[in-house]
Amino acid sequence: MSAASMRIALVGNPNCGKTALFNQLTGGRQKVANYAGVTVERKEGRFIAPSGRTLHVLDLPGAYSFDATSPDEAITRDVCHGRYPGEAAPDLIVCVADATNLRLHLRFVLEVRRLGRPVVLALNMMDAARRRGMVIDVEGLSRRLGVPVVETIAIKRGGAQALIERIDAAIPEIVPTAVDNAGIEQLHAEVRSILAETVTLPRDTAAIDDAIDRWALHPVFGLLILATLMFFIFQAVFSWAQPVMDGIQAGITGLGAWVTGFLPGDSALHSLLNDGVFAGLGAVLVFLPQILILFLFILVLEESGYLPRAAFLLDKMMFRVGLTGRAFIPLLSSFACAIPGIMATRSIQDPRDRLTTILVAPLMTCSARLPVYTLLIAAFIPDRAVWGVFNLQGVVLFALYFAGIFSALGVAFVMKRLRKDKSEHALIMELPSYRLPNVRDIALGLWERALIFLKRVGGIILALTVLLWFLSTFPGAPEGATQPAIDYSIAGRLGRMLEYIFAPIGFNWQICVALVPGLAAREVAVAALGTVYAMSGSDDAVASQLGPLISHQWSLATALSLLAWYVFAPQCMSTLAVIRRETNSWRNVAVAAGYLFGLAYLASFATYQIARALS
Amino acid sequence: MVQTVTDAHPADPIAQRLRDLGFVSGEPVRLVARGPLGGDPLLIQIGSTRFALRKTEAARVDVSVDGVA
Repeated sequence: MSAASMRIALVGNPNCGKTALFNQLTGGRQKVANYAGVTVERKEGRFIAPSGRTLHVLDLPGAYSFDATSPDEAITRDVCHGRYPGEAAPDLIVCVADATNLRLHLRFVLEVRRLGRPVVLALNMMDAARRRGMVIDVEGLSRRLGVPVVETIAIKRGGAQALIERIDAAIPEIVPTAVDNAGIEQLHAEVRSILAETVTLPRDTAAIDDAIDRWALHPVFGLLILATLMFFIFQAVFSWAQPVMDGIQAGITGLGAWVTGFLPGDSALHSLLNDGVFAGLGAVLVFLPQILILFLFILVLEESGYLPRAAFLLDKMMFRVGLTGRAFIPLLSSFACAIPGIMATRSIQDPRDRLTTILVAPLMTCSARLPVYTLLIAAFIPDRAVWGVFNLQGVVLFALYFAGIFSALGVAFVMKRLRKDKSEHALIMELPSYRLPNVRDIALGLWERALIFLKRVGGIILALTVLLWFLSTFPGAPEGATQPAIDYSIAGRLGRMLEYIFAPIGFNWQICVALVPGLAAREVAVAALGTVYAMSGSDDAVASQLGPLISHQWSLATALSLLAWYVFAPQCMSTLAVIRRETNSWRNVAVAAGYLFGLAYLASFATYQIARALS
Repeated sequence: MVQTVTDAHPADPIAQRLRDLGFVSGEPVRLVARGPLGGDPLLIQIGSTRFALRKTEAARVDVSVDGVA
């Protein structure tokens, strides 16, 4: 170890606040959530200590024990033992423990101490402990454990000051532990004896938790609360975002008109900017408010600690179809995006449960589908009230989300039937204490989502939109052509070729063209439709008004069929790539893509034919 | 009060995990809530921590009842 730098690893039980502490130390913006399994990969940050040393901080996944039962516990174990490939053993281990939950967390501290490496214990959530009336004899605890103990409040600014000073001071000496091979019973006995000496605890749990859980976990009211909550979220996504979306729409149209006003109307550049960039990007950008509202709810639920309760309520149902209650959290994240959702499945210890969850995660309606859904819903579903209170458009959106959920349950059930291994796999899930979501963390989370979305718009979506514009412009129409120019272009020909395959499900060639770049990112399809229609129309103003345009050109059956297609279609290369990475198997990718395509085609075919027969 | 955790089969990882989590002889435990469908899973409190256990998992834990159920 050089004097100028030092490597620190943060370890601890799941949900003890390691990541929040990591953010405090490094000023980083790791995702923090109130459930086990947020840190699914090793994350490193660094900061300069007051002494001028550079400290590298490694945020390790939470573990209950070094007897690893999940991939992320294995990572933590291997790094701490210095066995992780390409990772030197840390110079100092900061063991983080939730002060309100010491009985459980201290046992792991004892296990970490056995490693024979320098250890500092950070007693986190001291504020919550004091609120509950706990009195902890920090010095006594330090004496009994033989390691330095500092108090931290990771969610408060400056709450890690004592820890920084302690780390910076000197590496604590390694204390040889008396019993190195103590059995589990002895470890628990030692924890009990330490607690008896150093901690006074007026009551086991926070009164507020008991009160909330009496309702939130109630067999009837609990489910009602959950359903109401979900329904409310989807109503909000649709109705709250509308004014902001109208504003963005107007802004982009205005900006487009202003910019292209300087260019001659028949130039290629004018067409590129107007039909390609503004029509394409504008069509996607307007969905930012909806995506942020959806994420706002998901972040608040994550932080509050409600999600594991929902997992508790739904475990039986999910177990019956071959999933586990734990799958609820990754699957809910998949409503935002399947990629973090699939990564979050690492917190499912069981490989079989995990694979099932990964394979059905793409069926959850991710936020990239929202632009497609809302475009079509706004164009084809009348905006009127149902039973006085609900908005019909919101109801349709809710139904689409449910179509995804029910098909995921169905697919999981089929997989359960097909597999040979029927052995028992455990739930065993900790339900954390409720926490008031931290406004700053929520704001940071939203800001990050907005940046990611804007980067996508500015990066891949822009690139594909421009590419599509080229494909739909060249080669140009021959002299004396009677059709719009796009008919003669590469994109137009490609679309007509694909139309043979997709005609039975009601897709016209414009949709076929839009589906191709949509493979890179689902919402590109909307941008692509914007471009394709702008290119084929004579009226430039059409570009900003995609919704009204398609509502004239498409039949209702086509629109419904496209909606059904989007419930299932594996239209996202990044998702397939992350399935490959997480399962390390091309076979699983092929299975996922194959069944999703099959379902998509079948569902669209049925929808289209039934809708046509009825109309 | 926990008596013991029994392996359902040799080298039972679920039983091992339960012991890691503190289900060892002499720990007081309490049933806090039951799941909405068929009373499964169970919410068990041990110390100040609450765990959701399916009935089959909880069946590995032998308990003795003393006054407060």
